[in-house]
Amino acid sequence: MTTDSKSGTTRRGFLKAGLAAGGALAGGTTAARAAGPDPTITEIQPWNQENGDPVDAAPYGMPVEYEKHVKRRTVYWLTADPVSSINFTPLQDLDGIITPNGICFERHHSGAANVDPAKHRLMINGLVEKPLVFTMEDLMRFPRSNHVYFLECAANTGMEWRGAQLNGVQFTHGMIHNVMYTGVPLRLLLEEAGVKTNGKWILAEGADAAGMTRSIPIEKALDDCLVAFKMNGEALRKEQGYPIRLVVPGWEGNMWVKWLRRIEVGDKPWMHREETSKYTDLMPDGRARMFTWVMDAKSVITSPSPQKPILHGKGPTVITGVAWSGRGTIPRVDVTIDGGKNWHKARIDGPSLDKSIHRFYFEFDWDGKPLLLQSRAIDSTGYVQPTKDELRAIRGVNSIYHNNGIQTWYVNENGEAENVEIS
Amino acid sequence: MSKFLETTLAATTAALVLAAPASAEKFNLGREALPEEVAAWDIDVRPDGLGLPEGSGTVAEGEELFIEQCAICHGDFGEGVDRWPILAGGQGTLTDDRPVKTIGSYWPYLSTAWDYPHRAMPFGFARSLSADETYAITAYLLYVNDIVDDEEFELNRENFTSIKMPNADGFYMDDRDEVELPKFIREPCMENCKQGVEITARAAVLDVTPEETAAREAEEAAKAAESEEEARAEEAAAAETATAEAAPAAAPAAEAPAEAALDPELVEHGKKVFKKCKACHQVGEGAKNKTGPILTGIVGKPAASVEGFKYSKALRAKAEEGLVWDEAALAEFLRKPKDFVPKTKMSFAGLKKEKDLAAIIAYLKSVGQ
Repeated sequence: MTTDSKSGTTRRGFLKAGLAAGGALAGGTTAARAAGPDPTITEIQPWNQENGDPVDAAPYGMPVEYEKHVKRRTVYWLTADPVSSINFTPLQDLDGIITPNGICFERHHSGAANVDPAKHRLMINGLVEKPLVFTMEDLMRFPRSNHVYFLECAANTGMEWRGAQLNGVQFTHGMIHNVMYTGVPLRLLLEEAGVKTNGKWILAEGADAAGMTRSIPIEKALDDCLVAFKMNGEALRKEQGYPIRLVVPGWEGNMWVKWLRRIEVGDKPWMHREETSKYTDLMPDGRARMFTWVMDAKSVITSPSPQKPILHGKGPTVITGVAWSGRGTIPRVDVTIDGGKNWHKARIDGPSLDKSIHRFYFEFDWDGKPLLLQSRAIDSTGYVQPTKDELRAIRGVNSIYHNNGIQTWYVNENGEAENVEIS
Repeated sequence: MSKFLETTLAATTAALVLAAPASAEKFNLGREALPEEVAAWDIDVRPDGLGLPEGSGTVAEGEELFIEQCAICHGDFGEGVDRWPILAGGQGTLTDDRPVKTIGSYWPYLSTAWDYPHRAMPFGFARSLSADETYAITAYLLYVNDIVDDEEFELNRENFTSIKMPNADGFYMDDRDEVELPKFIREPCMENCKQGVEITARAAVLDVTPEETAAREAEEAAKAAESEEEARAEEAAAAETATAEAAPAAAPAAEAPAEAALDPELVEHGKKVFKKCKACHQVGEGAKNKTGPILTGIVGKPAASVEGFKYSKALRAKAEEGLVWDEAALAEFLRKPKDFVPKTKMSFAGLKKEKDLAAIIAYLKSVGQ
């Protein structure tokens, strides 16, 4: 088993291991007749005889050694420097709807700030009756709220605008995570300071060396934004903005300012770097859309996928994936195995929450012939996830952000999957 | 019912009816921010000039600052080094197949070019530029983008908002609701939706998917070793044809002075000066070669000897001649790198103050082993 998980740590190694395993099992999956007694049953295994680790062997537990390949990975050629860069959530290895904290993708502009909570303050200033300063203790005395939301980077799938480029769902779709946030509604903090009637926008600012800033309309700020201090029940991870981050449900990840230290209220947007030179979508006519905040409905099959080939040969096969929309819930996901000639309604299993990842399954009997797999999300507004070509017809190929087109995986007779585009 | 619960319920009810914020119950938590505190943090600048402090700077002053503090990543003229952002040029390329989005070709407002470096640059040493310096650098950015053409041009708070950026009208509000939603809110086809299906593109053709880091590092190391061997072979060949007088000078024995105690104040100052180097160089435990080599233990080390770093030919040649980074050599190099090693990859302008030079060397000694 150890050998398997080790070889599984590189894509090529994984595929090789997969092929070997697939070959060995191909004849046996439906035969259900063993060639001889299985030594894993007939021999006593060490874990069945010797005691395991005592409690406290790991005061903060980590995944078992066989799951070491489940980790964030980066695409080293994407950015100039790892301090201002991104890595990706291993979607191919996950199930359900919650992303574990340690593998939530990271995106920093000047590194992950290490902020001492005792020295952290949240200031509210600008067009307010009374500018305020809160300590972490102050924030803990406001009523809290719990919500599961997806956070997707606007550039997720951005490398695929010009065509299929990266062979792995982790790299094509891994700039997303979905956790339960605990935090104080931003509305309560703004009300505490008293927003003046001409206060139409807020500027959220981070305490990191990038001094990250984004302008957000006051309606959104007073609607469902949270100042969060917990994710999945525990403190935010440093790389996710410890001790507090802004949660802006359904809107692009860059607005969810980490290490949040200041909210300024103003009468106009600030037009800072991240809302002019970046996070604006260049269109074919040379002009650019700005303030493209909402994340459109999107889905992707996470298994099988290039990093998760089918190893068991033909027969009963589970297709699974994730779907989400910044405009609401996902009541329906369709799946095709023949490149879009015919579609089947997938089964959504688990909680269906507003602006959260949904988990879908499609179980079928694989005949061992090549497959062209796609999924298509339909959100609660009736928006149907478009094809990449439909998006390109409107937006061209240079908009970088907001690529929510349908993803295709080609699966060959060996069960290996590849990122492709189809007619 | 406790006061706390009452207030909570009141707030919740207020939220349900979306009451105006002014009528909301307050918790009386937090304290009033002092004007000095607001001034310390509220440094943001808007297109209408709101937030701009007093100050001024000229193109010529900006050029000097830019070359010293920005050029290492962005190039002397904002042309960009490696994958670092290109800041100048690109005008008229926004409809090209490969648009070049720079301050001049893309950014709609000058205030962004003032606010961003002032809050976040230089990379790794944020908030170190004064208002005057930021005006000067912004003026230089206008100059390299052909928006002003006079080296004596001075940018200041008064004339700031009079400058219109070339692409100021190149942006419009998100119109997906009008343009896209009517197309994509529809009844999807379920059966016999198309006749044939062809694969039109494959990721495997490009093959840019990253392998595991360890595998990649091994690969890169192998490549580096290969090219180093090639370089050495070339040099050997060159040496053979060259005259015998070019025999390299014997490397002086590395200085091993009795470890004099370092002045802690000087080391502390050097640590600050080192922030200018940090975008490219790492020191200490876990340090890695980045744009520049690891500098742990550099004092007294032969030049171009950090393992795994690809040095310029120029520095390798100096190393062949026997250059050792003793204190004198380091000081001379860091005073003006391009004078000491004319074709060095290091695009740092140099340290002007003798105190900074002494301090950085003291600091590098302190992170010696």
